[in-house]
Amino acid sequence: MTTLTEAQAVGPNNTARKLTYVKAFNEGLAQAMREDENVFVAGEDVAGYGGVFRMFDNLLDEFGPRRMIDTPISEAALVGLGVGAAARGLRPVVDLMFMDFIGVCLDQIVNQAAKMKYMFGGSVSVPLTITTASGAGLGAAAQHSQSLEAWLAHVPGLKVVMPSDAYTAKGLTVSAIRDDNPVVVMLNKVLLGSTCEVPEEIYGIPLGQAHTARQGSDVTVIALGRMVGEALAAADELAAEGVEIEVIDPRTVQPLDTETMFASVRRTNRVLVVHEAVTFGGLGAEIAAQIQDAAFDHLDAPVLRIGAPFSPVPFSPVLEKAYVPDRARITQGCRRLLERS
Amino acid sequence: MAQKKSADVAAHQISAQVIKDLHERMVRIRLFETEAGTLMEAGKLPGFLHLYVGQEAVAAGVMAALRDDDQITSTHRGHGHAVAKGVGFREMYAELYGRATGACLGRGGSMHINDVTRGMLGANGIVGAGVPIAVGAAFAARYKGEDSVAVTFFGDGATNIGAFHEGANMAAILGLPVVFVCENNGYAEFTPQSKHMLLTDVAERAAAYGMPSVIVDGMDAVAVHRAAAEAVDRARSGGGPMMIEAKTYRYYDHQGVKGLRHPYRSAEEVAEWKARDPIDLLEVRAVADGTATRAELDDAWQRTRDEIAEAIAYAETSPLPDTADLLLNVYSG
Repeated sequence: MTTLTEAQAVGPNNTARKLTYVKAFNEGLAQAMREDENVFVAGEDVAGYGGVFRMFDNLLDEFGPRRMIDTPISEAALVGLGVGAAARGLRPVVDLMFMDFIGVCLDQIVNQAAKMKYMFGGSVSVPLTITTASGAGLGAAAQHSQSLEAWLAHVPGLKVVMPSDAYTAKGLTVSAIRDDNPVVVMLNKVLLGSTCEVPEEIYGIPLGQAHTARQGSDVTVIALGRMVGEALAAADELAAEGVEIEVIDPRTVQPLDTETMFASVRRTNRVLVVHEAVTFGGLGAEIAAQIQDAAFDHLDAPVLRIGAPFSPVPFSPVLEKAYVPDRARITQGCRRLLERS
Repeated sequence: MAQKKSADVAAHQISAQVIKDLHERMVRIRLFETEAGTLMEAGKLPGFLHLYVGQEAVAAGVMAALRDDDQITSTHRGHGHAVAKGVGFREMYAELYGRATGACLGRGGSMHINDVTRGMLGANGIVGAGVPIAVGAAFAARYKGEDSVAVTFFGDGATNIGAFHEGANMAAILGLPVVFVCENNGYAEFTPQSKHMLLTDVAERAAAYGMPSVIVDGMDAVAVHRAAAEAVDRARSGGGPMMIEAKTYRYYDHQGVKGLRHPYRSAEEVAEWKARDPIDLLEVRAVADGTATRAELDDAWQRTRDEIAEAIAYAETSPLPDTADLLLNVYSG
């Protein structure tokens, strides 16, 4: 009996084919723009240049300058433009290029976009999508490499998604655009050229629904963004030793699907959370706290967190490699958890 | 009908009807605010209150040049803009009281009063933050092929913050129908303009963005209205953004009614500005040139007083929000 992959299951005609992460994002965005005339894209170099990461390649040709808008390097005005346009019924997609740049427009994201519906008494919705490239690994140093999901996930009113592969890059982007709330799509720079099966047709991936990327019975590894791939590689390595790792990809970190995590922990009794962001105050701390609250009696070991050390992202490749969590650290972490019984 | 109003003004024919309209809007703001101040002093209102008294000519003059579908973004001192744009007294007072019937269902308070059905995209607790949002509203109008405009109100102090400069440049480079209205009341909270910028005229900042500007007497509702009508017509017809600097004055403190701690301005200065009260100025002029009778003007005050008394009673008898609904509207859907 053949089972369909998640990607193959999307299309009735089984039209999945290999696509890169960045092309999958681009395809999802283009399809969402075809689906809804109110979707437009604004940002620095998104139209004429197609985006510095080629995220917006060819979209100007298809959609023209009315819907593909190059803006000044002016992130506060850019996000503000998105907030105002969203409040007036459009579905803006604004691109912040590097996630580190949210520092210059955080007010518009945190105090305006996120809170408008609530503090206005529900009279407006802000269906705004903010796309941005996050993550270390390209020698881009401290101001072009951060993973700041914990900042944003802390703000009521925002949603935050972290695609871990090409399939989720497309599906989560489509869902973000269709959603009536402000959603930050954290693309990962290192993954832009990675490939996997991606359906040709438009599809959304439900926000707030985790995906069990691999089933296992010994340790649950909850991995964010690029760390999902590292966790799957670690699981392969450990499988050779007879250790079965369950890998959970939350996909959305706000809202966070904790139920899937709890259910897994009740079976495996051991949990490791891994993310690129610094460990201190990261999503791992929140997940660990929720797991001990909901499943304390099922734990055979304390929840282990793996993240970056409490330092800015370093430049020199040797330092950067030591900084970012990887397969080896996840493997070590799983072994440590299994030593306790 | 609404569209025609703007065209009339462009011809600089300030009719008796417009004078009465300006007067009524100013009276409504004045009484709303003085009553709110009284309620605050009486300890009836929670939270902060940034009163608009003294600046009425600006909101009235600009709003009388707008259509219902034109959009505005406002400031922490937003009641005047809301009243002049037609937001109802009932939901405004109910909001100040934190009631479930308020403009924000009791979730926003003074600094977030809004009415999207009347193009009021909200007061705003963050200085300068409304500027880019108005740019977005103007973008949406053009995108949808509508000819509405967006007006953003901000103070002299807000022109020192990045959001103002970014928003001004964005509106200019995209050629969007935005009117920038600087209400220069001379103070950024308690700091006089001379201590927060080297310019005398904020309007000079418009030139940096290739945007025309005009300076008007912000105590003269007719002058504000003429300038606004011109800027609005220009924006509506595709001429791009423009800035109006209205020199005005805040009678009350930055927050609340009475001065706190040491005085930061002189009694003489306050008296000088009050001698040119915007409502007095308009009333004297209207009676002198026969556009309104004293009785008509008095009638506007009385009607407004009655409406306010009814609205306050409504607010005071309105239900408080249900704590079970605390999470209402955090998210859509």
